[in-house]
Amino acid sequence: MIMTINETQDEIIEEFELFDDWADKYEYIIDLGKKLEGMPEEQKTEDNIIKGCQSRVWLNARKENEKLVFEADSEAIIVKGLVHMLIRVLSGHTPQEIYDADLYFIDKIGMSQHLAQTRSNGLASMVKQMKIYALAYQ
Amino acid sequence: METITDILNIQEIRADFPILDQEINGKKLVYFDNAATTQKPTPVINAIAHYYNFDNANIHRGIHTLAERATRDFEASRTAIRDFLGASSTEEIIFTSGTTQGINLVASTYGRKFINAGDEIIISGMEHHSNIVPWQMLCEEKGIVLKVIPVSDEGELDLEAFEKLLSEKVKLVSFNHVSNSLGTINPVKTIVDLAHKFGAKVLVDGAQATSHINIDVQALDVDFYVFSAHKLYGPTGMGVLYGKKDILNAMPPYMGGGEMIKEVTFEKTTYNELPYKFEAGTPNIADVVALKTALEYTDKLGRENIAAHENMLLNYATDQLREIEGLRIIGNAKNKISVLSFVIDGIHHQDIGVLLDNQGIAVRTGHHCTQPLMQRFNILGTSRASFAVYNTTEEIDRLVAGLHKTIKMLK
Repeated sequence: MIMTINETQDEIIEEFELFDDWADKYEYIIDLGKKLEGMPEEQKTEDNIIKGCQSRVWLNARKENEKLVFEADSEAIIVKGLVHMLIRVLSGHTPQEIYDADLYFIDKIGMSQHLAQTRSNGLASMVKQMKIYALAYQ
Repeated sequence: METITDILNIQEIRADFPILDQEINGKKLVYFDNAATTQKPTPVINAIAHYYNFDNANIHRGIHTLAERATRDFEASRTAIRDFLGASSTEEIIFTSGTTQGINLVASTYGRKFINAGDEIIISGMEHHSNIVPWQMLCEEKGIVLKVIPVSDEGELDLEAFEKLLSEKVKLVSFNHVSNSLGTINPVKTIVDLAHKFGAKVLVDGAQATSHINIDVQALDVDFYVFSAHKLYGPTGMGVLYGKKDILNAMPPYMGGGEMIKEVTFEKTTYNELPYKFEAGTPNIADVVALKTALEYTDKLGRENIAAHENMLLNYATDQLREIEGLRIIGNAKNKISVLSFVIDGIHHQDIGVLLDNQGIAVRTGHHCTQPLMQRFNILGTSRASFAVYNTTEEIDRLVAGLHKTIKMLK
């Protein structure tokens, strides 16, 4: 049985409750970044780059059995860890579910500063791009 | 521990900067982003408040006491800046919104009038985008050719190559006094003398220089010198364009409006004298007034003392950072101000910035608005620690420990 978007978010929130300090939290995100498979070089095209990030982030989506599957990569490891979590939450759901998703886990795990609209952090741009893919594939 | 050669009492100075006394992410703030903007001492903050609390009025034409007081303080600041730059007259001091506007003003007025198709403009390979793009726009508009002085591996300008670029076709040379990404202090007088031999005018971007180096525009013989107040312990949104009087007089106005006119009829408008010709509209009066306070503050500390302290910090930090495995300093010029740009093997600068911020340490990461320079060094960007008078060796120790922790977490 595949988990709903909110079930996955709640699961991530629970995982983060185990961490006492910022370093444990970030080590976990860095580890997630290392574990994200990434994308083959030939798919890291200009079309797939998410604008507005200090580091380059590539995001691609494809439809499989009415569900959207995301692939992403970044040259910065923390960004890669954050995008890994976004993929875990959103990938494998229908475009409508993804479009409607309220991503409350980012705030609950204390990562909302990465949503700030500065040029240095691109999490907001990533979320936006995932929603744009969802809209396009509806 | 400060070194015994340090004349300044840094702890006393820090007490003048209330912003420094706070915690970021549960740790005492270490502010090493001074090349982006310096913090403001209490006297500067008070000068702004005092102006609005007691003296605010529009300047120059008012007959009442407040207008006279505001005008007096505004013009007193111009006089202080004339002395600070070693200019010969207050007519040569034009208030702008900052370095960027100063460069755009010269490009739009001097450039449009005196540089033509087939002429050449020379900039350097270590320029901030604000000293690249205005010239590119002018070149595109008028068919001017833009040439670039190359940068060596150490981060110095190649003066031999510069000499080869010079010819009668070159009408303007524009470069920074100090590189914001590398910290390199460029040999202004040498470049000015070479350029003048061919009749080219010279603009120097002093944004990164004014808080570290004594400026004497007459001794340097520069034709234009621009800087921003906010990198000099002064307010944001305010800067200065110095220009030689005869050149400024020959230039057409930049913006039209109030203040810059002598007489307006629907048939013809005559323009005001210098410096008002270039100051259309109500200026940023409070911040102009507060820049004078910032200059008084640095004068009181002694500009040589500030430079000596920052130099000590630069040497201390350079020695410490060189010990870190895989760390490479970008910019090893012989003459440097207190800017340390570095890359670490296999680690993206954004990760360094995020993890240092979590330890309360503010550095800048990225291309520092010098993308062509980053391409020159074949890097995406750097992490940059830049020091000001209120920084300490203990803070550098925090940076070094922070970097060790960062590397350990990422490897």
